Amino acid sequence: MTSATLAGLVGAALVGLGLYGLIANPQPLRKILAFNLMGSGVFLVFGIVARKGAAAGLQADPVPQAMVITGIVVAFAASALAVALVLRLFEAAGQATLNPDAWAKPPDDGAGAE
Amino acid sequence: MSVLQALDICLALLVFAVAAWTIFAPGAFAATVGYVVYGLLLSLVWIRLFAVDVALTEAAIGSGVTGVLLIGAAARLRATESAGHEKSLSGLSRLLVAVLCVLVALSLAGVVLLLPDQGPSLAPQSMQHLAETGLGNPVTAVLIAYRAFDTMLEKVVLVLAVVGVWSLAADRYWGGAPGEARAERPEPTLAFLAQILAPLGVLVGIHVFWVGADAPGGAFQGGAILAAMWIIVTMARLTEAPQTNAVWLRLAIVAGPLVFLAAGVAGAIIAGGFFAYPPGFAKPAILFIEAFMVLSIAVALPMLVAGPPRREPRQ
Repeated sequence: MTSATLAGLVGAALVGLGLYGLIANPQPLRKILAFNLMGSGVFLVFGIVARKGAAAGLQADPVPQAMVITGIVVAFAASALAVALVLRLFEAAGQATLNPDAWAKPPDDGAGAE
Repeated sequence: MSVLQALDICLALLVFAVAAWTIFAPGAFAATVGYVVYGLLLSLVWIRLFAVDVALTEAAIGSGVTGVLLIGAAARLRATESAGHEKSLSGLSRLLVAVLCVLVALSLAGVVLLLPDQGPSLAPQSMQHLAETGLGNPVTAVLIAYRAFDTMLEKVVLVLAVVGVWSLAADRYWGGAPGEARAERPEPTLAFLAQILAPLGVLVGIHVFWVGADAPGGAFQGGAILAAMWIIVTMARLTEAPQTNAVWLRLAIVAGPLVFLAAGVAGAIIAGGFFAYPPGFAKPAILFIEAFMVLSIAVALPMLVAGPPRREPRQ
């Protein structure tokens, strides 16, 4: 097995792990983390497409590489916005949960921070 | 099995183990620290895929700047974690989710294993026209020349993200500064680190940008390193984040996409195509655009990490 295939398998496993975390972890911050993990797994699978496109004296196709670089930056921008939303929710309501039951009763701490 | 193969397998196992930790760790803070380690290990995997440009980006942005963002958020959300508002899935649903995720991972792994050894490639085309761009690094050529429109729009995404984050400010803080105020007596260890690291880091950042034309590196990586240096100095509270209504700050954030777009339009007039560069003048034009991109990235990333304004604006 080549190192590229191995990296691709790691990418596949990361997508699975990230997806699990995204669904099973209840906290929003952990979901953002899991989503990033999933994203980097997708990038890695794309990375072996680049490696398999080695030609013309290059070790890897530059086009997928450039797209992954763009992807990493966009993923960061999306994460930053998501984190800001979670923190704002926490500031305004004293809790940052996605559990509807916790919102049904009035929050027990930091109510009406705004 | 050669030594390199053994190392590859160890690296793969390590990446998987640390990734599993970030998902299953008991606390959010521990998980985010795991994520930083994971990002650094992942950049080693990228080096093994001969994608050094991606490795640099992953280390600087994927691990470094994202890490600071997530660790900061985890620290501030610590209080809610123990509040017990969260409802975990039942054992059966967890099992079902796990089965689903294993299936997704297995099918992806199947696709990876079925890929042909020599896939379709745009490498010959990128090399064919590389001389016309005056660059030596085909990845930079793809980013700034062949797929320039993509990269320009991606800069717009950064601007939109900054606008989005700022607009989460409470009304009375609009236009104020985010983050903590400058400290009278900064924490000595952190201040020492910032004072030693920042000047060197600025040098490294500019170097990575400059060599990006011909070697691995470029505007993203260099800009992210510069951003990290600003973040370190702000974290040490040697300085404070600027007010978000400062004209220079807003100009610096939009300078990258604006200059890029202007160059694209100029190309349509002078060189006969949107985002075309005049022959023989491509490299100076590319470096000029990249310089403004570095500026925008170096300013936008710390602003995204700092979050919405949290102090009232001074008049």
